Amino acid sequence: MTTTYREAMRAALRDALVRDDRVFLMGEDVGRYGGCFAVSLGLLDEFGPERVRDTPLSESGFVGAGIGAALGGMRPIVEVMTVNFSMLALDQIVNNAATLLHMSGGQFNVPVVIRMTTGAGRQLAAQHSHSLEAWYAHVPGIRVVAPATLDDARGMLWTAVCDPDPVIVFEHGSLYNTSGELADDAGPTDLDRAAIRRPGTDLTLIAYGGTLGKALDAAEALTADGIDAEVVDLRTLRPLDTATFVESVTRTHRAVVVDEGWRTGSLSAEISAQITENAFYDLDAPVARVCSVEVPMPYARHLEEAALPQVPDIVAAAKELGG
Amino acid sequence: MPSLGADMEAGTVLEWRVQPGDTVHRGDIVAVVDTEKSTIEVEVFEDGVVEELLAAPGDELPVGAPLARIAAAPAAPAPDRRPARAPAGTPRRKHAEAKPARTGTPRRTRPAARRSPAEAARSRAAPRAPRPPGAAPVRASPLARRRAAERHVDLADIAGSGPGGAVVAADLDRAPSDGERAPGTPSEAAEPGTPAAADEEREDRQAAMRHAIGALMARSAREIPHYHLATTIDLSAALTWLTAANERRSVAERLLPGALLLKATARAAIEVPAVNGFWVDDAFQAAPAVHLGVAVALRGGGLIAPALHDADRLTLDELMSALRDLVGRARAGRLRSSEMSDPTLTVTNLGEQGVEEVHGVIYAPQVALVGFGRVTDQPWASQGMLGVRPTVRATLAADHRVSDGLVGARFLNALDHLLQSPEDL
Repeated sequence: MTTTYREAMRAALRDALVRDDRVFLMGEDVGRYGGCFAVSLGLLDEFGPERVRDTPLSESGFVGAGIGAALGGMRPIVEVMTVNFSMLALDQIVNNAATLLHMSGGQFNVPVVIRMTTGAGRQLAAQHSHSLEAWYAHVPGIRVVAPATLDDARGMLWTAVCDPDPVIVFEHGSLYNTSGELADDAGPTDLDRAAIRRPGTDLTLIAYGGTLGKALDAAEALTADGIDAEVVDLRTLRPLDTATFVESVTRTHRAVVVDEGWRTGSLSAEISAQITENAFYDLDAPVARVCSVEVPMPYARHLEEAALPQVPDIVAAAKELGG
Repeated sequence: MPSLGADMEAGTVLEWRVQPGDTVHRGDIVAVVDTEKSTIEVEVFEDGVVEELLAAPGDELPVGAPLARIAAAPAAPAPDRRPARAPAGTPRRKHAEAKPARTGTPRRTRPAARRSPAEAARSRAAPRAPRPPGAAPVRASPLARRRAAERHVDLADIAGSGPGGAVVAADLDRAPSDGERAPGTPSEAAEPGTPAAADEEREDRQAAMRHAIGALMARSAREIPHYHLATTIDLSAALTWLTAANERRSVAERLLPGALLLKATARAAIEVPAVNGFWVDDAFQAAPAVHLGVAVALRGGGLIAPALHDADRLTLDELMSALRDLVGRARAGRLRSSEMSDPTLTVTNLGEQGVEEVHGVIYAPQVALVGFGRVTDQPWASQGMLGVRPTVRATLAADHRVSDGLVGARFLNALDHLLQSPEDL
């Protein structure tokens, strides 16, 4: 069936709510308003206010409540409107959710799922548009995933709910309206492996979340130059599936990492380092990175576009590597 | 132009490491010379100040031709005093004084007839591009470096097409290695400076090296009345000791059996000096030190036997480390001139190739060659009992003009004896 990323995510939420009574959704405007990005539209009517709960505007408060509910045996799915706002809940996520299993000597696990929108491209300016996935991917004790396809939008949530430890799901804002085919029986997907979305021989483009589509478009454009690019979708940002992208680079000998985060201290930096550590003698060119310009995300459309990694940037970086 | 081996008749200056006015000290590397066998770093045998370079990079000069003039240290302050003072001599001359054993070696220039005009023209027109001193190293990707090493390709010969002009793997594919070249490709088709031309030069060098080895070995076989002796040596004491000794060493520092064999050979040569030296002007000149020529097979084919200096005086650890260094540099084509010209006795160890014994041809003007085969377990009778012992076949090819079988036998006995007391090596 033809569906959108938003509908696939909603189907995943509905599926989780149906499957397990302990699952409930909470966050700002997720109920009556149907979610800031309309992901949970209709779920309040379907499941009632006990299981689809609007919260006050206090990220620290409701994320902490979610962690407490998880400790109490529930399986909460907490929606934070954007990753920028999740800064207010960093203490709960980094100091509590990520550490309690460790600090309780393995007695208390925290099975909470925290969903948040990330990324730019919709003229929402600097307080709603940043890509801070790398901040969370830095922290041991939490799993970080970035569904970039309809299958993963539909499939990652239930696996995340089943995970006994905290999982953060990053949904790139530009993906909600993307549409495509999704199998009627599409179900849970793993949270462990990166995926090769397009096989190729000359070059590996490594992307995740909002940049996957751009990487695939760039790979298509590169065929005009006779360059056959492989595209790796990281899917899980922590723990990284190093084996998959290293294996790919070992075959293609070149890598371009596409990351909407700022270059300095980014996930792309970590991936580049891991390639250098694990595949140095197979590299035929330095690892290249295409990242966002290091500025607060501009509001004006042309400036926002200029600040973000774009297909021509990826194509140029790939061609620069020669071969 | 120093003689970097008895089979060398001429060399091509690749680069200068010094300029007029530079102060040099004995042992400094002053130039890099290309011979038929390898690229050699030329050491200077004088302290002094370089006055004038007499050869330019690309010049091919016969052995013995002056390369540069060096004034005795301290430097003459005023140039006008220079004519009054005798030049201190070229490196070659001093070299000859330091090595009287080699003065009688004939130094003919290479007969032009032996090279085709086309060959000669090519070598003049397209000398191997030397990198100027201090130049940046070749930019190449890690993959290209690994592949180049596997294929024995010099990255300096490859035009890079990668980022910033770096050599990438595909550039190597455009310049196939020697073994992959289609036979019968007309050599004149290659333009100088292209990867194909560089490739051809390597092929030239291969052919030249084979020719040089052939010429020297033919001379040795023709002129040297060889006699050959062989003995089987029980290595159980040596290997038991080695195993115990290696337990205290890290993997990188481990001693190999070959190091024991070399050390024992060097010590045996001290005990039997008639195998250690040169046959010059119809007379034997014993060498004052033991510099073992270690035969190293080059990966691209061919053979080189650079000197392991003072092998009898090195500790086993020093010898092992010197051996690793020497073999590495021999294969990388970066030997020093003294290593090429100094060997007093050559050792060839073909044990790794599975050979049981070696009947070698002496590397003239040396007077003996020691060969080792592989270590094998053999039935061994000792004190009326039969046992299985690790053994090695040691052979000696020696020059009958210098010694007789009795002397050769004493040498092999000394070798055997030394290997029974490895702790004293």
